[in-house]
Amino acid sequence: MLERLKELHAQALEELKKVNNPRELELWRVRHLGKKSNLTKILRSLATLPLEERREVGAQANEIKRALESNLEEKEQLLQEGILTSPQESQRLDFTLPGRSLTTGRLHPTTQILNEICDVFQNMGFQVIEGPDVEWDYYSFEALNIPQHHPARDMWATLWLDVGMGGKARLLRPHTSPMQIRLMERERPPIRAIVPGRVYRYEATDATHESILYQVEGLAVDTNITLADLKGTLFDFCHCLFGEERKVRFRCDYFPFVEPGVEVAIGCSVCNGAGCRLCGYSGWLEILGAGMVHPDVLARVDINPDIYSGFAFGLGAERIAMLRYGIDDIRLFYSNDLRFLRQF
Amino acid sequence: MKVSLKWIRDYVDIKLTPEELAERLTIAGLEVKGIQTIGGTWDKVVIGEVIALNPHPNADRIKLATVNLSTQQVTTVCGAPNISLGQKVTFAYIGARLKDPYTGEDTVLKPAKIRGVASEGMVCSEKELGISDSHEGILVLPPDAPLGAPLGDYLGDVIFDLDVTPNRPDCLSVIGIAREIAALIGEPLHLPKVHYEETDKSIESFALVDIVAPDLCPRYCASLITGIKIAPSPSWLQQRLNSCGMRPINNVVDVTNYVMLEYGQPLHAFDYRKLGGRQIIVRPARNGERITTLDGSERTLNPDILVIADKEEAVAVAGIMGGLDSEVTDKTDTILLESANFNQAAIRRGCSHLQFQSEASIRFDKGLNSELPLLPLKRTTQLLLELASGRAAKGIIDVYPGKSEPKPISLTAREVKRLSGLKVKIEEILKVLKALGFECQEGDSGSQVSVSTPYWRSDIKYSADLVEEVVRIIGYEKIPMSRLSSPLPRQESRLSPSAQQSKLEEKLRSILTGSGFQEILTYSLVSLEKLQKLSPKVELRIPPLKVANPMTREQEFLRISLRAGLLATLAHNQKFEQGGIRLFEIGKIFLPRGKDLPEEREMLCAVLSGPRAELSWQADKKLIDFFDAKGVVENLLNHLGLKASFDISDDETLFAGRGASIIVEDDKVGIVGEVHPRVAQAFELSNTICLIEVDLAKLLAKITRIKEYQPIPRFPSVIRDIALIVDEQVSYRTVENIIQSFLLVAKVTLFDLYRGEQVAKGKKSFAIRIIYQSPSHTLTDEEVDQTQEEMLARLRRELGATLRD
Repeated sequence: MLERLKELHAQALEELKKVNNPRELELWRVRHLGKKSNLTKILRSLATLPLEERREVGAQANEIKRALESNLEEKEQLLQEGILTSPQESQRLDFTLPGRSLTTGRLHPTTQILNEICDVFQNMGFQVIEGPDVEWDYYSFEALNIPQHHPARDMWATLWLDVGMGGKARLLRPHTSPMQIRLMERERPPIRAIVPGRVYRYEATDATHESILYQVEGLAVDTNITLADLKGTLFDFCHCLFGEERKVRFRCDYFPFVEPGVEVAIGCSVCNGAGCRLCGYSGWLEILGAGMVHPDVLARVDINPDIYSGFAFGLGAERIAMLRYGIDDIRLFYSNDLRFLRQF
Repeated sequence: MKVSLKWIRDYVDIKLTPEELAERLTIAGLEVKGIQTIGGTWDKVVIGEVIALNPHPNADRIKLATVNLSTQQVTTVCGAPNISLGQKVTFAYIGARLKDPYTGEDTVLKPAKIRGVASEGMVCSEKELGISDSHEGILVLPPDAPLGAPLGDYLGDVIFDLDVTPNRPDCLSVIGIAREIAALIGEPLHLPKVHYEETDKSIESFALVDIVAPDLCPRYCASLITGIKIAPSPSWLQQRLNSCGMRPINNVVDVTNYVMLEYGQPLHAFDYRKLGGRQIIVRPARNGERITTLDGSERTLNPDILVIADKEEAVAVAGIMGGLDSEVTDKTDTILLESANFNQAAIRRGCSHLQFQSEASIRFDKGLNSELPLLPLKRTTQLLLELASGRAAKGIIDVYPGKSEPKPISLTAREVKRLSGLKVKIEEILKVLKALGFECQEGDSGSQVSVSTPYWRSDIKYSADLVEEVVRIIGYEKIPMSRLSSPLPRQESRLSPSAQQSKLEEKLRSILTGSGFQEILTYSLVSLEKLQKLSPKVELRIPPLKVANPMTREQEFLRISLRAGLLATLAHNQKFEQGGIRLFEIGKIFLPRGKDLPEEREMLCAVLSGPRAELSWQADKKLIDFFDAKGVVENLLNHLGLKASFDISDDETLFAGRGASIIVEDDKVGIVGEVHPRVAQAFELSNTICLIEVDLAKLLAKITRIKEYQPIPRFPSVIRDIALIVDEQVSYRTVENIIQSFLLVAKVTLFDLYRGEQVAKGKKSFAIRIIYQSPSHTLTDEEVDQTQEEMLARLRRELGATLRD
């Protein structure tokens, strides 16, 4: 019987060597340590043996069982490690096969840039407010110091719904500035808000002109707001969007509803200031108009210009996106060609 | 405005380079859009005189010219047809930098033999010198051009192209620009001395002026000059007009243009003998009155337009253009010179009616001051005496009904600081303002100044205007930078309708892009044709608002739905996209409200079509259909915590029977369905097109509640799958409603729909998974069995449904 046990042990060890995977190991376990295995049979039959032999065989069989169990554990561990480090050939994946694709869409680049612009100003405490696309002449022009027949009306090529109705004429707002008036009519200082929105131009489209654009208007009104605050705010904004290294220029300009007036330009992204076609050989790209809210405008909405002051600015979203992404034709934005839109 | 730097230097001494000067002007508000250097490359070009012309030995058309360059004489070969003896010409030495007349590119003059004869240089054309495109002949200089002088000294110049803002008509003049420069660089301004001799005969004996419309013509000044000899202007004058982009005509016209450029005041010379009578009348035109203007076109006028008339008829459209009949011609010997002020709005109305602008009207349109006309009139008179050998009648007519005195403005250093953030000493403020021509009176305390605005600065009315003047001359680059330190405004509640609306839009954008939809933005303006394509009927349910002055027919009406934009975009992209296309737009539609502003309603519209998935080795290769669109709607609503039901829709864009209304809590919030094949055809679309449209305001009304927490179930659920056979016309919803009505039912999922051999004809089989759960205890099999038996009994009774084996 002891001989038989030795044989069984040797056979089990021999077979274990050939075991290569967990499935085979399980079969090996069933064969050599399972309920129906020869070893188990011997252990069960111990009672039938004479006492002397029973003790000897029992001790031997139990020892072999413990040894095989420990071998099993060892092998299990080995196999486990083996699987983790190098799987079988048949289990290897061709990871060059394409992944199962998820269809995802994207936001329009204008929405993306508007979100970014709004984020920057929201972090500075500006609230985001919206206003109507169809406006009265009054809000678009008259209340902004641009009465009928004012030469500055030429600065905005306007699409009209009504003609010859004065302040009660409806138009498609050519800028977001009417919201300055609407805001100041309903809120008292401190005011700090931005207004993103669509604006419309009576303009033939070409690489640099579109009939619709998105603008972001900004307005801050309180006591002690200065041109220096405007400069700091807009420089911060430019650096947020175009990087700390980007040159920014702050120059005097004219808009009837601000005084002093400002135009902000950034160093040309193409020529780096050397002069190229994009910047009209000036080295600068205008990105926004701004200024201190005109005293007449403040007085018109019952905010005392001797006590309060404020700044306002208006920037074109597409222009900023164009400079950001190097887009050379504004018409691409509203052509809605997927080959363009999917790039953002 | 184009302006010659050489001319500006007559009034102010400039030490900066043109580039530095341009930078200063630009920062100060007078943008230099372009700098054109004339003669920057003419270092080897001098002025010479043709002293001999001999025929070329080997060619008929070419001549050998001997040119005297003062210090030496050179011989050159010249083929120009206009060369003749005694001409002053430009001579380029070998090595001179010129333009190739054929390619326009920069080139260097090389030694050459023309037909065997060596040339020591070349007589140049305007094109070769880069002055103009003229290459028909050589450039012939005036007889007084200095012999031997470098051409650059004589003709060289730098031309600034300035973008003058509408508030600064004073800078539509050389003196105005010179004044800006003088103030910027701290140099004195030298103005021309105006003085001339008058004859004894008084101007009143020649002419009288009557202003009928003083509100439209605040001032009319005139002088009268006799004995005029019309001739070409001297070359210096012609050069200056050319450099500012004006064409020389004759000495009289050129002088009026010259002074207009110099002072910014438009002037007009009438041939006095062609005026009917002595009386000059400034009056509104009569309705239908006609005049032929200087450009030869006949124009019909109306009472909105101001005219200058003699006693019979209009002789000029005031401030815009003179009449042809009273034009100065070669035969003119007496002129009446007008220098007037016209109402800005009247000029603007006139220009818009006549669809015409002139150099004069551009200036009047910006609003010139009525104090301006007198000095330019005298200057013009003076120059005409000098250059057209005229004699001035005694005195000047000056009818001035509109005189007004500007009020002084008070300014303090504190105010400068309050608005600009820049600390400026009162002495500095005084210095800047005085340099710009403001008269300043210091107050007693020494901290306040009373400022009188010079007449050429009508744009200055408030202390804020003065602050800008001070700061822009000191330089915007000197303004410090600070961050806003004022208190933040009150935060709007996140639950307010407007905050909710923008949150909703943001959420929808994120869900839709995550579901494979590309956002697009389309024009708010569409063509009537496109709107009509959306519905097989010609009449539109809502008449859209029309733009009075559309740029194109394509953009004439304000959109009353987003559908046309999306379908057109889909059609455009179907041309080159092989895969499925899913697009959406969130935007406003415009619903008319009489004469009031329209209602601007925020809408979501989406379209989807083509293969369900990108072509791929394991992908679903089926085409998008109604249930893809419906799934998108359900997913959207689910995210918002809403549940919808769907009812048949009669929307005309959708295919009848294949389109549904989206109903949330008994209200229709939108539609989903397949686009009507005729609509699809009209937009030239292929494949089945599904469309979703949701009214965001209606949707918002349903989700203003804050979501309420539901406890997570504590007890296990029991899953039962059943297969029900029902008649074809039994809708799934009726089945689901019955199942859902049992309290223990937590969730019902349809996981298969079968029609075919396994079931009888006219029947279908729903495979449904039912999840049973109780919030209070663990369910027993008996409980579930009992519920399901009751359920099946009801389904059988009410819908004739049987359990499939």
